[in-house]
Amino acid sequence: MVMPAEQAGVADSGQQAPAKIEVKDLSIHYGSDFTALSEVSLQIRENEIFGIIGPANAGKTSFLKSLNRMDDFTAGMRISGDILFNDINIRAVRNVYALRSRIGVVFPLPVGLPLTIYDNVALAPRLRGINEKAELDVIVERCLERAALWDEVKDRLNALGSLLSGGQQQRLTIARALSQEPEVLMLDEFSIAVDPVTTMRIEDVLKELKQEMTIILVTNLVQQAHRLADRTAFFLNGQCVEIGDTEDLFSGNVKDSKTQDYIEGRFG
Amino acid sequence: MQQAQTAISGRLPDIDQRDLAWYVDKLLQFLVFIGGISAIILIIGIFTFVTIEGFGFLLEGFSFKEFFLSEWWEPTDEDEPTYGILALVAGTASVTGLAMIVAIPFSLGAAVYIGEFSTGKTREALKVMVELLAAIPSVVWGFIGLSIMNPLIIKLFDVPVGLNVLNAGIILGLMAAPIMTSIAEDALKAVPDRYREAAEALGATRWQVIYKTVLPAAKNGLLGAVLLGVGRGFGETMAVLMATGHAINIPGSVFDSVRALTATIAAELGETAVGSEHYQALFTIGIFLFLITFVINLTADLIVRGIRKS
Repeated sequence: MVMPAEQAGVADSGQQAPAKIEVKDLSIHYGSDFTALSEVSLQIRENEIFGIIGPANAGKTSFLKSLNRMDDFTAGMRISGDILFNDINIRAVRNVYALRSRIGVVFPLPVGLPLTIYDNVALAPRLRGINEKAELDVIVERCLERAALWDEVKDRLNALGSLLSGGQQQRLTIARALSQEPEVLMLDEFSIAVDPVTTMRIEDVLKELKQEMTIILVTNLVQQAHRLADRTAFFLNGQCVEIGDTEDLFSGNVKDSKTQDYIEGRFG
Repeated sequence: MQQAQTAISGRLPDIDQRDLAWYVDKLLQFLVFIGGISAIILIIGIFTFVTIEGFGFLLEGFSFKEFFLSEWWEPTDEDEPTYGILALVAGTASVTGLAMIVAIPFSLGAAVYIGEFSTGKTREALKVMVELLAAIPSVVWGFIGLSIMNPLIIKLFDVPVGLNVLNAGIILGLMAAPIMTSIAEDALKAVPDRYREAAEALGATRWQVIYKTVLPAAKNGLLGAVLLGVGRGFGETMAVLMATGHAINIPGSVFDSVRALTATIAAELGETAVGSEHYQALFTIGIFLFLITFVINLTADLIVRGIRKS
C-alpha cells in the first residue's frame, strides 16, 4: 500500500516515475472477427494524468474496460496480452473485486444510483465495513467537496441521487468513484453531460488529485487533454499511433503526421 | 481528512487475497445456480413422469392415424374402444382462437390506455383492478359461463344450448385478458421516455407516437403477452369444462358444443383404473399438450430472437 506521503516526492519529477500500469501487446476482439484494439503496449506512470485521445471506434473505451477486468461482464469480448497493475498480472489476481476497488471508473453518462446522495457516496465505504456515522460524514463531505458538488447538495443529502440534473449526477458519480480512495481513476469522456464551468472546476480538482492517484483520462476534447494530461496517447482504429509528452505532441513534435492532423482538427 | 483516507485504504483486502466477501459471493453464486437449474430439472422430471405413465399405450394400443385423425374418442366402448383426439383438438383450438379474438383487442387496448394515457389515481386504480381480475379463480369464471352466459346466449341467439364455443371463448378471453394486460403494460412501461419525447418533438400526435415508436419498441413484450394468453387458453381446464358443454364434436359454428383436451383429462382421469389403457391414453394426451406448449414457447422464443437480431 503506497501512502500519499511517499508519493508526494515523485509526483512532479516528470521523469520516469515508476509504472503503475504496464500494458504489453494488448489486443481486444469482439465476437469472431471484430478487432477493437491490436497489440498496444504502453506504461502508465504513478501520479501522472495519462490522456487518451482519438476519434470514435479507436478502442479507447475497450482499453479502459480491460484495465479493471470489466470485460468479465461483456459477452464476446476477448483479451490477449498482459496487463500489470503494481507489477501484478490482473488476469491472475485471486480477488478481482479488490482489484476493482482500487481502480475507480467514471463512465460517459452519469449513473446516479437510486439511493440518496449521501448513500451514493457512502456505498463503497460501507461495503468495506465502515459504518460509523461520524466517519462516513467526513468521507461524504470530502468526496462531494472534491467533485465540486458539495455546495449545491449539502442541504439535501437525503434527496435521491438519480433525481439530480445530468451535470450534478456526473459530479456525484465522480464523488462516488473517489469514495474509496482509488489508486487509479479512469475517466471516460466525463464532461459529455457537464456544463463548461463545471468541467473547468472538475479539471482543477483532477490536477490536485494527481498528487494522490494516477489518472487515466479518455477524452474527445483534444484541448482537454492538452490542459490536463502529462503524457498523451493517440489511438486510431484500434492502433496506438503515438505516445508522448503532451507538450511535445501539441507543439508539433510528433512522430506520425496523423497525430498532428488529428490534434489540429483536420480529421476525426 | 488524512484519517478518513487511511481508514478506507486500510480496510481494502489485498488484491491477491480472498476475503469473507469473496467467499460469500461464491457461495451465493452457487445457491442461485442451484435455484436456476432446479427449474430445468423439474421440467425434465414432469415430462419423464408423464411419458412413463403414457408409455404402455404408446407402445401397444397407440395408432398414429387413429389418435390424430379419428374424431371418435370412445375409451369406454365395450367392443372396441377408440382413442381419437381430432375433435378434442378442434374443441381446444376453436375455443382458444375465439378467446384470443376477444382478449387481444381488450388487453392491448387496456394496456395502451393504462400505460400511455391514464395518469395518477386513475392509473393506480386501474392497475389494482386488473390485478384483482387476474386473481379470480377459473371455477368462478366457469360458474359465470354456466349460470349467466348460458341463458343469455339461448335468449339472444335463439339456440337450444348456451354451453358452446361462443360461451367458452368469451369466458376464456375475459379470463386471459387481465394477465395479458398486465404483461403488455409492463412492456410499454419498459420503453424509455426519451423515445416518446423524441417523437413528440417532431410534432407527432399521441396516437402517432404510440403507433410509430412505442409499439414497435415494445413488440417483443407484447408478443410475449399474446403467447402467454394462447398458452393459458390451451392449458385452462375448469372454465372450459364448465362452459363448452363438454360434448365431443367438431364444431361447425360457434353455437356448437365442444370438448377440450384438458377437460377430457380432468373429467375422466378419476374414473379410470390406474395403468389401464384408458388411463395411459389420457397421459398420452398429456404428452401431446406438453409438446404443444413446448412448441408454442419455442416459437415465441425464436420469433423474439429473430426480432432482436434484425
